[in-house]
Amino acid sequence: MCADRVRFFSAVWALIALAFVQAAWAGPKIESWETTKGARVLFVAVPDLPILDVQVVLDAGSARDGERSGLASLTAAMLTQGAGDWDADAVAERIESVGAQLSVDAGRDSATLSLRTLTQQPAMDETLETAAKVLSAPRLGEADFERVRQNRLVALRQDEQDPGTVAAKAIYREIFGKHPYAADPAGTQETVAAMRREDLAEFHRRYYVASNAVVAIVGALSREQTREVAERLTAGLPTGERPPALPPVPDLSSQLLEPLAFPSSQTHIFAGQPGMRRRDPDYFPLYVGNHILGGSGLVSLLNEEVREKRGLSYSVYSYFLPMSERGPFLMGLQTKNDQADEAREVMMETLRCFRDEGPTEKELAAAIKNITGGFPLRIASNSQIVRYLAVIGFYGLPLDYLDRFNERVSAVTAEQIRDAFRRRVDPDRLATVIVGPTQERVADERKETTDESD
Amino acid sequence: MKSILILLGLLTVQLASAATGVHEKVLDNGLKVLVKPDHRAPIVTSQVWYKVGSSYEQGGSTGISHVLEHMMFKGTEKLAPGEFSRIIAENGGDENAFTGRDYTAYYQNLAKDRLEVAFELEAERMRNLSLPEAEFHKELAVVKEERRLRTEDDPESLTFEEFNAAAYEASPYRIPVIGWPGDLRQMKADDLRRWYRTWYAPNNATLVVVGDVDPEAVFALAEKHFGPLEPESIPQPKRRSEPVQRGEKQILVKAPANEPYLILGYKATALGQGEKEWEPYALEMLASVLDGGSSARFSRDLVRGSRVAASAGADYSAFTRLPGMFLIDGNPAKGRSVEELEQALRAQVERVRKEPVDASELERIRTQLIAAKVYELDSVYYQAMQLGSLETVGLGWPLADQYVKHLSRVTPEQIQAVARKYLTTDNLTVARLDPQPMDGRLPLPGAAGGHTSVR
Repeated sequence: MCADRVRFFSAVWALIALAFVQAAWAGPKIESWETTKGARVLFVAVPDLPILDVQVVLDAGSARDGERSGLASLTAAMLTQGAGDWDADAVAERIESVGAQLSVDAGRDSATLSLRTLTQQPAMDETLETAAKVLSAPRLGEADFERVRQNRLVALRQDEQDPGTVAAKAIYREIFGKHPYAADPAGTQETVAAMRREDLAEFHRRYYVASNAVVAIVGALSREQTREVAERLTAGLPTGERPPALPPVPDLSSQLLEPLAFPSSQTHIFAGQPGMRRRDPDYFPLYVGNHILGGSGLVSLLNEEVREKRGLSYSVYSYFLPMSERGPFLMGLQTKNDQADEAREVMMETLRCFRDEGPTEKELAAAIKNITGGFPLRIASNSQIVRYLAVIGFYGLPLDYLDRFNERVSAVTAEQIRDAFRRRVDPDRLATVIVGPTQERVADERKETTDESD
Repeated sequence: MKSILILLGLLTVQLASAATGVHEKVLDNGLKVLVKPDHRAPIVTSQVWYKVGSSYEQGGSTGISHVLEHMMFKGTEKLAPGEFSRIIAENGGDENAFTGRDYTAYYQNLAKDRLEVAFELEAERMRNLSLPEAEFHKELAVVKEERRLRTEDDPESLTFEEFNAAAYEASPYRIPVIGWPGDLRQMKADDLRRWYRTWYAPNNATLVVVGDVDPEAVFALAEKHFGPLEPESIPQPKRRSEPVQRGEKQILVKAPANEPYLILGYKATALGQGEKEWEPYALEMLASVLDGGSSARFSRDLVRGSRVAASAGADYSAFTRLPGMFLIDGNPAKGRSVEELEQALRAQVERVRKEPVDASELERIRTQLIAAKVYELDSVYYQAMQLGSLETVGLGWPLADQYVKHLSRVTPEQIQAVARKYLTTDNLTVARLDPQPMDGRLPLPGAAGGHTSVR
């Protein structure tokens, strides 16, 4: 039974919202070129604060781990633990003594070096010099690696004491099966314990190359200065070669269910399946549709049904994570153990209804107003812009992506959403992970607490 | 734990004039309005800060400020439950709210021409909340889920909750912001009505606006929407002064977990507590000496050097309404015991008591603070947060422009002096997380640690 989704809305505010003038927000002006070594640069000049933000994004994420799960992420973690003539202390000191910030981490698709510095000297030069060395000549020292490995093992054991993290890792395994996206970037106890320093060195040699890098730069620099910044950052990298494309993500062939016993007061439920690619022809209908279903925080359908109407969960959501190949479509919630079945049913029913009926015109209009009206909020700061540049560059989106974003969102129709969801989301072939105490235990618990109804 | 230095940031000397530019107006009903123009982007953040939070609460009704914050989205005389959020969303806005020990705050981030939408809605819920019974019951269930998510099922967070309750005797900082489970169970809608009536009024609030706006226009808009609201007589909360601690306290928290965790907390002071003004600033600098980045002592000596810690942190805030603690926490590295970690952390404390810190360490921290202050200008939301929180804890927003100066003046001798005065074992509380088996079964009721019953 699908809920009646015509909801109360004050006439006065409807009028004001309708009067919203659809201003044509142009995105920031992006310039792009290649460095001598073959790295692609995307640059936006923002002259009003003396700050430089850079992200160097490489196709060196855990999707390239092969059998050695955790390899990309350990390599990324090791880059700042000594480079060139500097040990880990010296790298930290060089960055922090000029008030800069530098970090490297790896997800599934990519590894990213992020830096932020003042544009004043010597801060900027010293930071760039350090970052260039970190990228191209990490020491990958044996003792440092052993320490990073041991601390990773501790972190992995901490992950295992958090039911949400356990569930999040499990749902990727279920959705992606044998595809490289299945493994968590952090690796496992076994693979991390078996990792060798030479594995990292080889990974770095192969993937930390200029033709495999995108350099996103935002800050108070001229184009000429920025050219030099990009050259300096990539000077130590060989040109190298881009790795081959990842294999496509296959559809799930059937319903999958993985219950995992966990001593928690809540049961965490994730349901999902392969979703969409970053450059997916259905990107905008799926994005806007999901915004209505579970992507718009307090006003989404899932939030309305699970939290507002029934008080079942503090947080409930759905999202498509667009990746190089199809990333996950995921729905998630957490609820006290004896409500887990009810909450799961409501979540699934909300998905089914939305897939069958699509959005109402009113829901679509509200979503489009929210997304387009909020556009200036998403490109207001340098740190936001540099993240967009990294995505545009890494996934090969057109340079007018931001300029045309609102126009594309506004053009999405209810029929397109209905059509895209019917083709792309299949409630009968979902993977579901349920993390919480065993059924017997939940029943005992209920008996013990009958006098303290919660 | 991140140092509050990073949270609040500090003003640079050279940027002080650029960072100033806050316009203040107090309406006749007592509402303080702060406007800071920032024309980098065509956006605005609007925040309403109330002087109420968990440190204003009494035993038996802890968590009430936070539950009330949730109910602020559940309807007023003119707005249906959830309508506030739908209107903000339709106007392209992001919004939410947060409750702390010393404040409850509500914010909307919007395109600059939408500011009036936020004002009209916030003014409406400042005095006309309806608190319907049915919505209350559902939302209370949501808050209990939030507590399970954030505290019950997170062994380190559970340890921190127990630690606070053990360390503080009389100070209301012993109260968890989300409330004790028993108090949540007995909470009634009428309790919230009284709490709302008591604290939600223009003369107990600060409206902060930062963004691409003209101060005079914002003042006029504030007058139009908030001006007609009646003030309330706001009670002065009784001081619940923490008595002098007479010896080290230790507690053990048993919860399903894999990795041990350790917290050390020394009762300290805060700005405006009658101590010498440099003391809280010296404690801030001390926290950065220990944990102000990966070049600070904990990373250098404990994570990389002796490799006794997988992680270690230090945290202190000078900018609180009541005196808090100087906190140290950490996880032992693999193969190292929690006892070894504790010894190493205590040795670090001994060292700052015995030897003055190096001038170069302070120089690095000053540089980091100055840079962090510039980075903060990249976010209007963050700038508003800083003004709102300083004002609401009672220190006043002008401090935002001054405290870098105070921090920069801190000397190695002053850091040593506060270490000797506050970081004493008689003033210390230690909490250890004692990991229990993770075998998929719930622990027996009551076994999850002293004060917390699982349901």
